[in-house]
Amino acid sequence: MLQIHGVSKRFPGVIALDSVDINLAPGEVVALLGENGAGKSTLMKIIGGVYQADAGSLIVEGTPCTFRSPSEALDKGIRVVFQELSVLENLDISENIFLGRELRKSGLVDRKRMCELTVGYLEKVGLKRSPSTPVAALSIAERQLVEIAKAFSMKVRYLILDEPTSSLTLEESNRLFQIIADLKQEGVGIFYISHRLDEVGVVADRVVGLRDGKNAGALAKEEITHEAMVKLMVGRDIAPSVNSGPAASSDVVLEIKDLRTTRYPNIPVSFSIRAGEILGLAGLVGAGRSEVTQALFGIDPCSGTVELKGEKLIIRSPKDAINSGIFLVPEDRRNAGLTTSMSVGENIVLPAWNKFSSAGLKRQSAARKYAQEGVAQLNVKTPSIDQIAANLSGGNQQKVVLARWLQMNPKVMLIDEPTRGIDVGSKAEIYTELRRLASQGLAILMVSSDMEEVLAVSDRVGVMHEGKLTGILDRAQATEEAIMSLAVGGTI
Amino acid sequence: MKFGKELSIFLILTVVCLFTGYQNHNFFSQANILNTTKMIGIYGIFSIGMGFVIITGGIDLSVGSVFALLGVGLSMLLTEHHMNPWLAVLLAVLAGGVLGLLHGVLVTKAKLQSFIVTLCGLMIYRSLARTVTGDNTRNFSDAPQAKVLIDFVNGDWLGLPTPMWLLILCAIIAFVVLHRSVFGIRLLATGQNEESARFAGIPTQRITLITYVVCGLLAGISAVLLAFYTSSISPNGHGIGYELYAVAACVLGGFSLRGGDGSIIGVVLATALLQVLRNMINMLQWSQQLEFSIVGGVILVGVLIDGAIRNRKKRITA
Repeated sequence: MLQIHGVSKRFPGVIALDSVDINLAPGEVVALLGENGAGKSTLMKIIGGVYQADAGSLIVEGTPCTFRSPSEALDKGIRVVFQELSVLENLDISENIFLGRELRKSGLVDRKRMCELTVGYLEKVGLKRSPSTPVAALSIAERQLVEIAKAFSMKVRYLILDEPTSSLTLEESNRLFQIIADLKQEGVGIFYISHRLDEVGVVADRVVGLRDGKNAGALAKEEITHEAMVKLMVGRDIAPSVNSGPAASSDVVLEIKDLRTTRYPNIPVSFSIRAGEILGLAGLVGAGRSEVTQALFGIDPCSGTVELKGEKLIIRSPKDAINSGIFLVPEDRRNAGLTTSMSVGENIVLPAWNKFSSAGLKRQSAARKYAQEGVAQLNVKTPSIDQIAANLSGGNQQKVVLARWLQMNPKVMLIDEPTRGIDVGSKAEIYTELRRLASQGLAILMVSSDMEEVLAVSDRVGVMHEGKLTGILDRAQATEEAIMSLAVGGTI
Repeated sequence: MKFGKELSIFLILTVVCLFTGYQNHNFFSQANILNTTKMIGIYGIFSIGMGFVIITGGIDLSVGSVFALLGVGLSMLLTEHHMNPWLAVLLAVLAGGVLGLLHGVLVTKAKLQSFIVTLCGLMIYRSLARTVTGDNTRNFSDAPQAKVLIDFVNGDWLGLPTPMWLLILCAIIAFVVLHRSVFGIRLLATGQNEESARFAGIPTQRITLITYVVCGLLAGISAVLLAFYTSSISPNGHGIGYELYAVAACVLGGFSLRGGDGSIIGVVLATALLQVLRNMINMLQWSQQLEFSIVGGVILVGVLIDGAIRNRKKRITA
C-alpha cells in the first residue's frame, strides 16, 4: 500500500500542494484528475523523488519514506513515466531501457543480452522496432512506448503514468490499456494522469480529483461519468461546443493538388478546404499528417501546387507562407510553437516586427499594444505580457501561439494537435476559438490523434495512412469506426 | 534590476582601479591611461564581434590567427606593393569580413559546428601567415606612407586614444542593433531556440551567417589597429590567444555560451576589467606569469556568483 498523508509543498509565492491525502493499493488503478496547475505533477514528482515534501508523509508498505532522488524511489519500486519524455536521442532503444543499470559481462556492457531482453519488452508494448534503432529515428509516440517498456523492464510495484497517451493514437492507446490491465494482474498499483476523460473511464478503478493543490473529492468506479469527472476537475459544468459548419455556398480557400512531402515523395496528396470549414486530419502517428502541414508552411521542401483563393502560391520558407496568410500552430509547443524563454509579448510580436519598425528599429510601445490586444482577444491568463512563456500552463501557451497568428489576419490556419496535454477547461476554450475563427471565413486544417476531438470539431474528416489520403468523410459519414478503418489502410 | 550585472562589473572595475591607483600613483598618469584605454579599444572591438557569434550559440576561435594573417597582409601591401594606406586598411577589413563569411557559410550551409570550423581557421591562418613570411617578423619601416596610419592609431583626441573612440562608436552601433533593432530581437530569438524562431518565420540561417560576417569585419578593424599599435608583426606570436580574451569578456559580460543572451555594455565593461587587471599586474610589479591565473580566477568567481544569483531568481519565480 502506498499512502500519501497530508502532503504539502510550497514554492515561493505559490502553494502547490496543501495537505493532500491519497492511497494506492497494489493492483489498483487510480486516475488523478485536475486542471493544469492543480498540483498533479508536483505530487507525482514528490512520490518519484524529484521534489521533497515540506510537510506530510509518504508511507510505502507501512514504512514512512523520504526520497531524496528518483533512484531512492526506484529502490522502493516506484517509477514515474513523466509527460516530458526522458529518453536520450543519441542512444538506441536497448541502451535507453538499460540506462544506468547496464548489464555487464566480465566488466563490459553485455549488448547482446540487453538486446535480447529488449525484444521481449518491446513486444509487450507492441513497438515493432529493432532494439538497436537509435531513439532519434523514432516518432514521439514510439518514444513514449520506449518509456513504458523501460518501466516494464524494472521491478516496479507502483507505476505513475503522466499523460501517457498524449501522443499515442487510438490503437496504441488501446494497447497501453491492455498493458495496464496486465500490470494490474501482477499486483502493480498505478497512478494514471490524463486529460482524456474517455480513457480514464476505461482504465480507472477510482478517480481522485485535485483542485488548486487540495483534494477535490473522489469517484468510485460506478460513479465515473464524463460529467462527474469534468465537475470534479473544474468545479463547474462545461457546455459542449456546437458545430455549425460552413455555409454550403462558401468558396474554396485552399486547394492542394499532388502535394508530395519529403517523407513520402511518391504519394501525392490532394484536398481542398472552403471558407469557414474545419478539415480534420486523422490517422495513426507517422501517417504523414504533420509532414503535410510543415510542407504547406514552408518548413520542409515539397512539390505540387498550392492555390490560395485561386491564386497559385510558391512557398519556399515559412516567411512565404506567413506573407500569404497561411500559419502553422505546430505540434511541439515548447520547442517549435513558442520561444519559451521569451516573454508572452515578445512571442506574439516576434513574426510581426516588420509592422512595428522604422528604419530597422523596434517601436516598442506600438508592439506592446499589439501584444496586449492578442492576449486580450484570446483571454490568455497571464499576469502581464512580460511573463516568461515557460511559466504559463499548456493551454495558455497554446493560446499565445494562436494569438500570435490571429493578430496577423490569417486566411488559412494549420493546427497540429491543438490540445495535446491541455486541460479540459482550456480545451473547450480552444475549440470555441477554432469555431469562431471558422465562422469568420478562415479555412482550418486540424491534425489530431484525439478521436473525440476530431469528431467534435471537424466539418469533414480526412484520414491518412502511410502517406496516402485514404478518404475524406463528411460529417454524417464520420464515425469512429469509419475513421479507424481508413487509418489502418482499409475501406469503409 | 535590469542592468544589475553591468553595474556589478562596473563596481569591480572601479574598485580595481582605485586599489591599483592607491598602490601606484602612476596608474592614473596620462601615459598609463592612454595606453590602457588603447588596449581596451583594440580588445573591445573584436570582443563585440565575438559576442554576436556567441549569441547564436557559436564561437570564433580563429580571431588571433586572423590578426596574424591580416597583419602580414597589410605589411606586404604597404611595403612591397606601396599601396595607398587607406585602401590597404579597407582591403584588410574586407578580408576579415570575407573570412567571417566563409565561416558562416560552413556553419549554416554545410552544417558544421562553429568550434570545428574556426579551430581549423585558427590553425590554417596562422600557418599561412608563417608560410608567406618564412616566419620573419614584418614591420612598416619600408613603407613611408604607413606613417599616417601609425600616427592615427597611436594618436589621441580629447584625452582618449583612437582605438577607444572607435570602440565607443562600434559599441553604440552594436548596442542599438542588438537591443533596439528588429534584427537584434530576431538574433536573440534564433539564439534561444532556432527551431522556434524558424517556425515564427525568421530566416535563422541568414541571421547566423550575418553574425559571422560582423565578427569577421570587427576582427578586421581590430587587426588593423593591432598591427599599427605593435608596428611589428611576428607571424608566430602576433595576436596569439586573443580569441580567448574575447570569449572571456563575453562570458564575464553576461553572454551565455548556449546562445540567446548577451549585453553590449557588459562585454565592453568586462573587456575593460580584463585589461585593467593586466595593467594592475604590471603596475604593482607582480609576476607577469600570474596574469592568466588572475584573469581565470576572476572569470570563474564571476560566473559562480552569476550562477548563484540566477538559481535564486529561478527559485523565486518558480
